[in-house]
Amino acid sequence: MPAVSKGDGMRGLAVFISDIRNCKSKEAEIKRINKELANIRSKFKGDKALDGYSKKKYVCKLLFIFLLGHDIDFGHMEAVNLLSSNKYTEKQIGYLFISVLVNSNSELIRLINNAIKNDLASRNPTFMCLALHCIANVGSREMGEAFAADIPRILVAGDSMDSVKQSAALCLLRLYKASPDLVPMGEWTARVVHLLNDQHMGVVTAAVSLITCLCKKNPDDFKTCISLAVSRLSRIVSSASTDLQDYTYYFVPAPWLSVKLLRLLQCYPPPEDAAVKGRLVECLETVLNKAQEPPKSKKVQHSNAKNAILFETISLIIHYDSEPNLLVRACNQLGQFLQHRETNLRYLALESMCTLASSEFSHEAVKTHIDTVINALKTERDVSVRQRAADLLYAMCDRSNAKQIVSEMLRYLETADYAIREEIVLKVAILAEKYAVDYSWYVDTILNLIRIAGDYVSEEVWYRVLQIVTNRDDVQGYAAKTVFEALQAPACHENMVKVGGYILGEFGNLIAGDPRSSPPVQFSLLHSKFHLCSVATRALLLSTYIKFINLFPETKATIQGVLRAGSQLRNADVELQQRAVEYLTLSSVASTDVLATVLEEMPPFPERESSILAKLKRKKGPGAGSALDDGRRDASSNDINGGVEPTPSTVSTPSPSADLLGLRAAPPPAAPPAPASAGNLLVDVFDGPAAQPSLGATPEEAFLSELEPPAPESPMALLADPAPAADPGPEDIGPPIPEADELLNKFVCKNNGVLFENQLLQIGVKSEFRQNLGRMYLFYGNKTSVQFQNFSPTVVHPGDLQTQLAVQTKRVAAQVDGGAQVQQVLNIECLRDFLTPPLLSVRFRYGGAPQSLTLKLPVTINKFFQPTEMAAQDFFQRWKQLSLPQQEAQKIFKANHPMDAEVTKAKLLGFGSALLDNVDPNPENFVGAGIIQTKALQVGCLLRLEPNAQAQMYRLTLRTSKEPVSRHLCELLAQQF
Amino acid sequence: MPFRNFKIIYRRYAGLYFCICVDVNDNNLAYLEAIHNFVEVLNEYFHNVCELDLVFNFYKVYTVVDEMFLAGEIRETSQTKVLKQLLMLQSLE
Repeated sequence: MPAVSKGDGMRGLAVFISDIRNCKSKEAEIKRINKELANIRSKFKGDKALDGYSKKKYVCKLLFIFLLGHDIDFGHMEAVNLLSSNKYTEKQIGYLFISVLVNSNSELIRLINNAIKNDLASRNPTFMCLALHCIANVGSREMGEAFAADIPRILVAGDSMDSVKQSAALCLLRLYKASPDLVPMGEWTARVVHLLNDQHMGVVTAAVSLITCLCKKNPDDFKTCISLAVSRLSRIVSSASTDLQDYTYYFVPAPWLSVKLLRLLQCYPPPEDAAVKGRLVECLETVLNKAQEPPKSKKVQHSNAKNAILFETISLIIHYDSEPNLLVRACNQLGQFLQHRETNLRYLALESMCTLASSEFSHEAVKTHIDTVINALKTERDVSVRQRAADLLYAMCDRSNAKQIVSEMLRYLETADYAIREEIVLKVAILAEKYAVDYSWYVDTILNLIRIAGDYVSEEVWYRVLQIVTNRDDVQGYAAKTVFEALQAPACHENMVKVGGYILGEFGNLIAGDPRSSPPVQFSLLHSKFHLCSVATRALLLSTYIKFINLFPETKATIQGVLRAGSQLRNADVELQQRAVEYLTLSSVASTDVLATVLEEMPPFPERESSILAKLKRKKGPGAGSALDDGRRDASSNDINGGVEPTPSTVSTPSPSADLLGLRAAPPPAAPPAPASAGNLLVDVFDGPAAQPSLGATPEEAFLSELEPPAPESPMALLADPAPAADPGPEDIGPPIPEADELLNKFVCKNNGVLFENQLLQIGVKSEFRQNLGRMYLFYGNKTSVQFQNFSPTVVHPGDLQTQLAVQTKRVAAQVDGGAQVQQVLNIECLRDFLTPPLLSVRFRYGGAPQSLTLKLPVTINKFFQPTEMAAQDFFQRWKQLSLPQQEAQKIFKANHPMDAEVTKAKLLGFGSALLDNVDPNPENFVGAGIIQTKALQVGCLLRLEPNAQAQMYRLTLRTSKEPVSRHLCELLAQQF
Repeated sequence: MPFRNFKIIYRRYAGLYFCICVDVNDNNLAYLEAIHNFVEVLNEYFHNVCELDLVFNFYKVYTVVDEMFLAGEIRETSQTKVLKQLLMLQSLE
């Protein structure tokens, strides 16, 4: 029954579309379109009145051009004219144009509404449907005002055709969703409910959607729909697979209607009427029974349709959460799906089971599937399925299986995708704390977390372990011993150093008896990490040292020596300098007693809600994971730290040594008012003064600022050293050529191109980077006709670069023939973050004369960027976490190139970060995120670029967890625009 | 089934992807099959539908969509009824 052949319809349109399709290039296409636009304009403006057909044809062409992505700013009037045509095809195109290119010109709207009004009153069902579809597709407030009162009438009128009723129901739904205040409730509402009894299944299908939406707002008014829906559902479910004829889809009777009815029922609690309830339970059992029957068809459509109903039924069962028998049956059914060969089914089964795990009736039943789920975590190929498996493990965890689940999750973490690592870390941390029976297990788990995924262990997590260790006497000795052992690993994560520094500073005395961990050994172990750490960690370590002086007087001399060293006392960082000066003085002037009082062991932290849990809740989108967290609400009340009322802030701790040291000279910086709501967060994060030291004041952040006092502006800043001297140039090669920097800049945002060219030599670059590795091909082309001799290109690492970047080069032939090209392969590994690029020195003899040339190799830190996609919420959260002044770098600069959004986008992508849409409230701005991958550490970077077209200026803000990286990236990127 | 603030359910037919954007807690499989139902109607209507049919008759595709989905909801699921209606409209001039 071929209804459409290609030839019919509008020939001119078909020709035009073929032309466009035949265009070889974007330019040709634009040219063709402009030609057509000019043609249509002249036709519309011409003196000759156009007939309906031509008008339809041209309007249709305009529509096509619009759909290709070009702006259309005329033709609306012609489209409106088509609305009043008596021909269906003309009217249809008119309505289509209006619906797709909604225009807010008030005069036009008046004309359109007039035409719609006429069609609604026409009693011609086809025209009425067209008009209703137009309203439903546009759904503007103006249309609501004009028609909200008419449509209910059409919907319940006795003489309306079925198809009109269907359209009217959904049209009303759209208007109600857009502007509920415009739709008057009235006697029609009762009659709408009775549409559930309509003969025509299509009408029921449309009406259920409307009723579901209405009863969410006014549950009491629509209560009668429950029994009607149940009886309708029961008739469908119990019908044989062929009873419903048209509405049977691959042997499944009315799958979509069933799903909609089941969703409608989820708006209400279980029916009160016993008869209705009995009938419904029967229905649900029938669905579960059918799932066990052999399939009536091997087609995937059959099983999908059947399972769609099944999953919706299970949702309803979970929603009621009152029928243990059904819940357990549902769980067993899902258990079968866990090993189904369809990935979709496995995914959905894991997802539904997560909610089942939170029901007291089915929790145990879910737990029986633990091995299957763990296996899914290990073997699933699809990352989203693995994530669901991890969610389910979290949801099914309780005291009995916590050790197994936590250890499996830890194992998974080693190979987990970057995107979900942080979430897994949080989950492990929460489970470990919640179900810890002995605290040594808890400490081990968290230290393992830091070891495996240190970068993803947020402050909340390691603060929490410190809190717990401080509060529990029985675990302090063990913790000290364990961190001491962990720190002996040759490369340990900075977070490990922080935890280690803090714990040894507090409880190092507990293991000092053992000669293997005597005070000097502890100190030298910590100090061996000192130089590799960030400022914040070094500040923490300095505090540990002063605590050591108190705990172990024998270390005093050594530590004073360290504090006295120029690198501390004259450190460029104010905070470090201040700590060094104060601690040194304290240790020399204060008596042992004073020292002991000031540096007393930390008092226990007041109990409060775990900040980690709060963080996980924030991380999860609304709806998506709330069931997870709330589901276990009952279980935690008498666990270690759960269940205690959160106290407003730890700042009120009654001891003078409340902050880590009790000796901060400057008063804590006044915290700005806490962001009151999520809505404000946006403003707060972006518009807050950049120099603000901390956004603290909510309990979480108060804790943060307590551990890591943001550097207060103090007069001592004046004593700070000027910036360290520039890297000494390497002696064995000449300085880079003057243009080297400019040449380097060209390659910041791209990987391939010509690096250098003069009369003799051309050097081309082709490179690719993945994670912390890169491979670069250098092509040396001899542009002359004479052979180069003793040709030797070498890569040199000036200054510290040797420890930051490893570059392996292959030798190339010493002779390069005239006109020939040689290739050199470089393998690059980024060990740490670095600031200066390596140098490429090229030497050769040309016609007997030695030539030498030094360039900067286009390897900049941003090459090791891995773009990270994240939702707006996550972005702001991270942005906020990086709020210390030294983590941010900002530059305001004039545009050097025309300000083109597309070009900017391409550059940012070339720079390596992901571009995040819909994050910044201002659509002109660009927001990006990425992780710099180096062997030793990963640095998360967030960036924001705000163009100001009027001033031809940009403002660029970078926030990363490492100060030099922020500054360096900011400088690199600023030169690109 | 990738997600955004909503989720997108898609199905691939040869080189064409049919995508539908629904609320996060909507029934995945039901919409997956709704896509298939829609494609079967297109196939019937255009008789072995191919991409070119959809490009050249884009305005008719809109009509099919309106018959089956309206206001973001499923309007009609019976293929027979939809096709009957489409043929009726086709006969109008």
